[in-house]
Amino acid sequence: MASIILIILGLIGVGYGFATSHKSLDDVKKMIALEEAGHHGGGHETTTDAHTVANDHGTSHAEESHGEGSHADAKEHHDDKHAKHVQHQLENRPWSALYVAAFFFFMIALGVLAFYAVQFASQAGWSPVLFRVMEAITAYVLPGALIVLGIAVASHYIGHNNIFIWMDPDLTNPDSDKYDALVDGKSGFLNMTGFIIRGLVFIAGWSLYRHFARKFSIAQDNATDNRNFKKSFRIAAGFLVFYIYTESMMSWDWIMSVDPHWFSTLFGWYVFASMFVSGITVIAMITMYLKSRGHLPFVNDSHLHDLAKFMFGISIFWTYLWFSQFMLIWYSNIPEEVTYFVTRFQDYQLPFLGMVVMNFVFPLLVLMNSDYKRIPWFVVMAGIVILCGHYIDVFNMIMPATVGDRWFIGIPEIGSICLFAGLFLFIVFTALTKAPLLAKRNPFIKESEHFHY
Amino acid sequence: MEASKVIHAIYTDDDVLMNAVKKVKAERHHIEEIYTPFPVHGLDKAMGLAPTRIAIASFMYGCVGLTVAIVMMNFIMIEDWPQNIGGKPSFSYIENMPAFVPIMFELTVFFAAHLMVITFYLRSRMWPFKKAENPDPRTTDDHFLMEIAVHNNENELTDLLKETGAVEINLIDKAH
Repeated sequence: MASIILIILGLIGVGYGFATSHKSLDDVKKMIALEEAGHHGGGHETTTDAHTVANDHGTSHAEESHGEGSHADAKEHHDDKHAKHVQHQLENRPWSALYVAAFFFFMIALGVLAFYAVQFASQAGWSPVLFRVMEAITAYVLPGALIVLGIAVASHYIGHNNIFIWMDPDLTNPDSDKYDALVDGKSGFLNMTGFIIRGLVFIAGWSLYRHFARKFSIAQDNATDNRNFKKSFRIAAGFLVFYIYTESMMSWDWIMSVDPHWFSTLFGWYVFASMFVSGITVIAMITMYLKSRGHLPFVNDSHLHDLAKFMFGISIFWTYLWFSQFMLIWYSNIPEEVTYFVTRFQDYQLPFLGMVVMNFVFPLLVLMNSDYKRIPWFVVMAGIVILCGHYIDVFNMIMPATVGDRWFIGIPEIGSICLFAGLFLFIVFTALTKAPLLAKRNPFIKESEHFHY
Repeated sequence: MEASKVIHAIYTDDDVLMNAVKKVKAERHHIEEIYTPFPVHGLDKAMGLAPTRIAIASFMYGCVGLTVAIVMMNFIMIEDWPQNIGGKPSFSYIENMPAFVPIMFELTVFFAAHLMVITFYLRSRMWPFKKAENPDPRTTDDHFLMEIAVHNNENELTDLLKETGAVEINLIDKAH
C-alpha cells in the first residue's frame, strides 16, 4: 500500500528534521558568519531590514523574546542575541513543518465535513451519490484534529514553545525580562488550560456530528422510512451553527495565535475558505480516482462538473477574502497590523505571491470553460495546483511567525507532508471499505443518480 | 431556397412538441422556427441548433474592461499626475495596484455584462420599437407553434404532423 510507504518515508524525513534542528549557539554563530561571508550582497541587507522593521514595531513575537534590546547595544551583545534568535528559529522549523502539514490535512477533512453538512441542510439533489466518499474523508477529522492539537500542546510540554510563543510562561511574568504586556493582556484567552479545553470541545463537537451523521446515513440504507434522513437533516443544521463558531475560534487558537500581537477580524472566514476549497478538491480527486477504478458507476460527468464549479467558485471566494484582508491592512498601513504582511512580503515573496497565482489565476483560467470542467485530467491538474496552493497558504500563515526568514521547503516539510498524506490516505481508504459506496434509500438518491447538468 | 409556403403546426404540450420535433427531424424535414411561451429544456438539442458563443464573447469583453481599467488608471494616477495622496506609492502601477483592484474588478464585470447584453440584443434583433414577429398570439400564452417549409409536399407533411399530435395545422402563404 502506497500510504504505508508514504508514512515511513515521512517519518524518516521528520526524524531527520528534528535530528538536525538542534544546534548549539556556537554552531549557529559560525553558520551566520559563514552566511555573511558568503553573500555580502542585497540578500543579507534585506534580512537585516526585515529584522529592523519587526523590532521597531515590536510585533514579530520571536523578536519580542529575543530582540528587546535596542540596536545601540554593543555589537557583540547584539550578535549573541541575533544568534540566539536564529537558533530558536532553526529549532522551530521541524515543529512548524509538522504542524503545517498536520493542519493542512486536518483542514481538508473538516472542510469536507462542512460541505457534507451543507449538502444535507440544503437538501441538495445532485450530491447523494458522493456522500460515502465524503463520509470516508471525514473519518480523518477526529485523528487529524487530535494530532494538530497534540503537536500544539507537545510544542509546549516537550519542545520549547516552538510554535506558539505565548505558551512561554515568562511572557506573562512581570518579573521576567521577557515580559510582554501585550501577550499578558491576552492571557485571559491565550492560556494553556483554555487552549486545551477549547480544542477538546471543538474536536468533540465535530467528531460527534461526524459519528452520528455516518451512523444515520448507514442506518438509512436498511430503514423502511425516512426517520434517519430527517435526523441527519436536523443534526446537519445544528452542526453548521456549531461549526461556524468553532471554526472561527479554532482559527484564532490554532493559527492566528502564532502571531499573538496581530489580529484580523475576517481571519476565521479566510481559513474557512481555504479549508472548504481544499476539501471540495479532495472530494473531486478521490471521486475521480474511484470512478477510474470502476467503483462509482453511478457518478457521471455532471457530478464532476458540479464539483469543479465549486472548486472554481470557492477559489475565487478565497481570493476575495485573501485580498480583502490584505488590501484593508495595506491601505490603512497601521504599524501594528501591517508587520504581518511586511514580513511576508520581504521574506516570503515567492510563496506569498505564488499562492495567489496557484489559488486564483490558475483555477480561474483553467476551470472557467464549461467543457473543461468535465474532463477528469483537467480537473485533477487544477486540483493538484489548488491543493499545493493551499498547503503554501497554511505555510504562509504559520512559518513567518515561527522560523521567519529561515524557511525552506526541504526535507522536514516534505517529510511531514508525506507522513500526513500517508496517514490521511490510509484512514480515508480504510473508511471507504467499511460501507457500500452508494447510499441506498436516501430520498434524493434517484434524483442524484440521474443528475444531469 | 426560400420557401414561399410554410405549415404552422400548433401543439398544446411541450412534451408532445419535443416528440414531434424529433419525429420531424428523423423524417429530414427542415424546421424553420419554433415559437414557445417559455423555454423548453432540450429543445435546442432536439432541433440540432449550434451552441451559443455568447460566453466566449463575454470573456473577451471582460478582458477589454480589465485593459481599459489598467490603462486608464496607469495614465491618470501614475503617468499624468503622480501626486502623493495620503502616502500611497505612485511610483509605479504595481506598487499602488491593490488600491486599483476594486475598479479593475468592477470595470471587468461592467464591460463583460453590458457588452454581452448588447451583443445578445443585436444578434437576436431586439430593440424598443421592433415589430413583433409573432405568427400567432396564442404562442405567448399556452400554445407551441412549429413552422416548417413546404416544397410541394403539403399532404405528406400534414399527415406527418397530424400523427405527431398537432391540434391545428395551417398552411400559410408567405407573400414576399
